[in-house]
Amino acid sequence: MNVCKVFVPYGALGTGISDEAFENGMALNPDIISVDGGSTDSGPYYLGNGKCKYAREALKNDTRKMIVGAHQHNIPITIGSCGTCGVDDGVDFMEEICREILEEEGFSAKIVKVYTEQSVDVMKDKLRCGKIKPLGTRVEVNEEILDSCSHIVAAAGTEPFIKALKDGADIVLCGRATDTAVLACMPIIMGCNEAAAWHGAKVCECGPLCSTNPQNGGIFMTVDETGFEVEATASDSTCTPYTVSAHLLYENSDPFHLVEPGVVIDTSKAVYTQLENGRVRVENSSIKKSDVYTMKLEGAGPAGYQTITLVGIRDRIIMKNPLGWLENLRAFAQSKLDRLGYDNTRYSFSLRPYGYNAVYGGDVPKGYVPNEIGVLLTVTADEQELATQIAKVMNPLLLHFEVEKNRPTPSFAFPFSPAEVVKGKIYEFKLYHVVEMDDPFELLRMTTVEIDGKGGKA
Amino acid sequence: MATIGETAYYVRSKNAGPFMVTVDIFCGEKAIFEKLSASKSITAEKVAEVYHVRPEEVKLFHIPDLNVIKISYPRELPQGQKYERDMHAGQQYVQITKLEV
Repeated sequence: MNVCKVFVPYGALGTGISDEAFENGMALNPDIISVDGGSTDSGPYYLGNGKCKYAREALKNDTRKMIVGAHQHNIPITIGSCGTCGVDDGVDFMEEICREILEEEGFSAKIVKVYTEQSVDVMKDKLRCGKIKPLGTRVEVNEEILDSCSHIVAAAGTEPFIKALKDGADIVLCGRATDTAVLACMPIIMGCNEAAAWHGAKVCECGPLCSTNPQNGGIFMTVDETGFEVEATASDSTCTPYTVSAHLLYENSDPFHLVEPGVVIDTSKAVYTQLENGRVRVENSSIKKSDVYTMKLEGAGPAGYQTITLVGIRDRIIMKNPLGWLENLRAFAQSKLDRLGYDNTRYSFSLRPYGYNAVYGGDVPKGYVPNEIGVLLTVTADEQELATQIAKVMNPLLLHFEVEKNRPTPSFAFPFSPAEVVKGKIYEFKLYHVVEMDDPFELLRMTTVEIDGKGGKA
Repeated sequence: MATIGETAYYVRSKNAGPFMVTVDIFCGEKAIFEKLSASKSITAEKVAEVYHVRPEEVKLFHIPDLNVIKISYPRELPQGQKYERDMHAGQQYVQITKLEV
């Protein structure tokens, strides 16, 4: 019987694992260590400017554990969505980290890099051929939108990982990839049940989040020819049919039909069984091969510059009607800005009362009077200096705006000097589409780097 | 009259990609799942009203194996737009807990 054991030490590279949970995972003799390195979850900034969300030292520490563990067991590593957003620089950034570790440890390794960043011109050709399709009801795409993206990535499926591993890669570093593909590739190579490989990967893509106590990290997936099993590697955590099946709810808008490059996973008839020692077995997953191979596109581009100001308010009269007072302040500020000649097509601002209704925006319970609120001014403008100047115009109002007519001038509570905080360039998501293609490798570029450390193979 | 928050075991919300939000209502017990499912307190129309979307954009899943009712809906504006209120949509479930059963 074909069996493949996949160790997933982290929900995302950079989030860490306890030494005990890592050693427990390695003691189960995995065939591969696989981990997802990124996501769009933290917003458009990371894809927009191509920067990584996690601290470099955290990434290096987690990667070192994987490289050293893999070296000792002579097994490969797959890392997807390098550098959070999976742009080409993210892949090279992870290569640099791997290179440092290999040199420090004295290992040699063959690294295969998979680039998934897309040029606007290629995407325009795809658009003209009708090969870019929206994933939702509220998104559109045209050439102007493509031009406005600073980075576009396509999420790779299992194909480049399978090719790289078959070519003898010790470390596969991929740009944007579906979290699932990173984990499903090795079980597919080893002849396991493909539906189980995909479904298991979907369960384990966030690492220990499918277990009872995710804090210390580590999940282990064993795929065979009829199903898969999941277990937590931290001794204080366990898996139950509930935690495993409920994880499919997390961050998925449809928990039963999950679209991946080339396949749709159907988990609706899956059967979850509790085994001994906190393991869960899952059978009866299915997949349907897609008629057309698609990859998901993500794109983000600049949306201006922001400067913010935070001010604290406890005044008892204002607390009775913060929204009314803020509306008076907003209208007064707008007329002052207009009077000063600022072009209102070049900037906008919002005033949000934290501690009142800032997070949702709707009504508050009847009679609610807060103890204090924090008013957040956010100014967005087409230039940074303009955003700061607008915030500066509003500074004296945020400090002293009248509570009521004919009352003495109040002063409110700034926590900072200067009160204005330059937030820098901001970005927006622009694409939520799939791109169709005949060949899974059409939009990918793969390169191999041999790193010659002093010792044996990683 | 009890609210969903008082009736269900646990309710959470999270972004599902940059353009969708998903809310999971964990009922805990079968009886509560059946009560909430039968009560018509959670319909596409009610969800649409709470989140300012169109009823046909709301997806509802009743999952008896987990005693979970799941709601997915599109964001009014994409995640991280310049005046975002909740980047990970992690606090948007609270409005659903206020609906009456």
